[in-house]
Amino acid sequence: MANYKYHILLCGGTGCTASESPKIKANFESILAEKNLTDDVQVVATGCFGFCEKGPIVKILPDNTFYTQVKPEDCREIVDEHIIKGRKVNRLLYENPENKAHISDSKHMGFYKKQMRIALRNCGFIDPENIEEYIARDGYKALATVLEQNDPEATIDIMKKSGLRGRGGAGFPTGLKWELCRKNAADQKYMICNADEGDPGAFMDRSILEGDPHTLIEAMAIGGFCIGATKGLVYIRAEYPLAIHRLQVAIGQAREYGLLGDNIFGTDFSFDIELRYGAGAFVCGEETALIHSMEGKRGEPTFKPPFPAQEGYLKKPSNVNNVETFANVPVIINKGWEWFSSIGTEKSKGTKVFALAGQINNVGLIEVPMGITLREVIYEIGGGIKGGRKFKAVQTGGPSGGCLTEKFLDTPIDYDNLIAAGSMMGSGGMIVMDETSCMVSVAKFYLEFTVEESCGKCTPCRIGNKRLCELLDKITKGNGTMDDLDQLRNLSRVIKDTALCGLGQTSPNPVLSTIDNFWDEYVAHVKDKKCPAGQCKALKQYVIDPEKCKGCTACARNCPVGAISGTVKMPHEINQEICIKCGTCIEKCKFNAISII
Amino acid sequence: MEKIKSLADLKKKREQLQSMVGLRENGDNAENLVQIKVAMATCGIASGAKQTMEAIIEECKNQNVQAVVTQTGCMGYCYAEPTVEVNKPGSDPIVFGHVDVQKAKDLVNKYILNNEILEGVIPVNYEKVENK
Repeated sequence: MANYKYHILLCGGTGCTASESPKIKANFESILAEKNLTDDVQVVATGCFGFCEKGPIVKILPDNTFYTQVKPEDCREIVDEHIIKGRKVNRLLYENPENKAHISDSKHMGFYKKQMRIALRNCGFIDPENIEEYIARDGYKALATVLEQNDPEATIDIMKKSGLRGRGGAGFPTGLKWELCRKNAADQKYMICNADEGDPGAFMDRSILEGDPHTLIEAMAIGGFCIGATKGLVYIRAEYPLAIHRLQVAIGQAREYGLLGDNIFGTDFSFDIELRYGAGAFVCGEETALIHSMEGKRGEPTFKPPFPAQEGYLKKPSNVNNVETFANVPVIINKGWEWFSSIGTEKSKGTKVFALAGQINNVGLIEVPMGITLREVIYEIGGGIKGGRKFKAVQTGGPSGGCLTEKFLDTPIDYDNLIAAGSMMGSGGMIVMDETSCMVSVAKFYLEFTVEESCGKCTPCRIGNKRLCELLDKITKGNGTMDDLDQLRNLSRVIKDTALCGLGQTSPNPVLSTIDNFWDEYVAHVKDKKCPAGQCKALKQYVIDPEKCKGCTACARNCPVGAISGTVKMPHEINQEICIKCGTCIEKCKFNAISII
Repeated sequence: MEKIKSLADLKKKREQLQSMVGLRENGDNAENLVQIKVAMATCGIASGAKQTMEAIIEECKNQNVQAVVTQTGCMGYCYAEPTVEVNKPGSDPIVFGHVDVQKAKDLVNKYILNNEILEGVIPVNYEKVENK
């Protein structure tokens, strides 16, 4: 084995791949070959580092130097300066936004300081397509330990004591779920992984699959052993090609090493994993719909009970866990439940991965201990709101969740606190909004999503959400009445109480939470016909100030719909009936005569 | 491919593979480990700093010393090249001059492992910005 002095790690996640990280890798390799350094320097494509805002990321070890926004043409300078001469390339280092100082060690960056990586421990650290690097990081040790002890109940007990709860959104205790499935005797059981990640803006499961696929394989085998299943199935969306590829490579390697297949570690336990592809329907993240989709039926939920633990895939007892949940399992076995349960809050243990998106400086993927506050996440890790604007709300839990406002900034984040605050953990999407976001439009956005994704099986969800969406549309167009607001509330409650599955039962949450927290904004739309955030087009009016207008005709000539009329050197006028509020006239006016009211 | 048949097998395999990610793990944990910086400017390289660095890495591996070995720029002691700075956790960094291959081995065996100071210590006559 070559005795490398330097490792160049570069992000091979989907985001950085799109920004040419494969080309960066090829460049490094050819430059190193040209300089005869291939035995001294290893180039490794890893999973996602999380700091997607500043990608592509290149990290150089052992000196832990973190380069951001690296371009293929920067490779030569990095090799010449850093690798050969030992001088860091300052212009590519992360710049502390507060004092403009360069930070070379990622540990000192605000984005990483407060993070704690359990589920993402190997993302950005190992080559996901090399099982040996996973083994070198204690990979498959947990599975070996569990099989050697040969006591599934004791392992379930460890999971229960650890306090791990489902990371897919609902937060059901994982150990208990396994125990329930174990109790149902059958000739065949199934361990299923839900990799149908569908919340807008959430991508933690994809990152784990892309960055550390073996952790999923190991955890599914442990779970399979505990519940008595010999078959594992991963339900993954077909729109995740890179994740599918890496998982397939990993499964192939695990089989080669005898870590999947018959008589694993020389024991009686046999386990293998197959993939099932989803077509990307949101409702298929619901476990009964997911199981039906895997069976080749329509992806529609059914009433529980029977729970999958009783009657799941092919009517056999099945256990469904989410990717991030699985990623915690090997670490809990290796480090002990005492260690895991010492992290987090009373009822929510461990860490949670969040996908930061929206109007925030550091967009990316973070993993933080439960109990951290929103303020720490948004201002310290996320680097605050873009353009120094004012924070308005953060949306958590995707289409099933709600908005949290300023008053919740110091609430410790965990499952129960988020529900008490009118939102939910969900799969961990966090969309940050500033004062330019209209909350009625936000609710409408989520409802449009739900309407599109509703499977149509039950009436409250199919028709109720459609009506909610229509009401919201009416309000954003300035035609809403105060009765409509009551109607929104009532209808939302009916849908929540009567819909068949989790999708419908939670779909009105964005409406209820925005009404509760931003009542004044709804009223402004209805009574004053104004959108305080200035986002609702129908409530905007472009007007020309006759005092300032010189009659230069620039606006009239550029208006795409011919809504502006007037004679040369005389003040012009905008016909509100025709105007489409595109804003071209404001851009073209040299006299600042046009304003939005 | 030889299949892994037991926990003991896996442990053996892991030991063989450890070095694959050892450098990364050490780099991640640098503040708790011995850090060795070899000055590798033109003068250092001309005086054999490359061989010195090789020797240090080799000896650390042989003696099972977890250390972060990096190269650095010119420290300014061109008269004493190759120069090596050793930073043990909890003690002040010491710069050694004229570190050839033999002295590099001694450095690991005597100073790092046994706290024995070697000849050729260069008195540090500057302060680092980061300590201020």
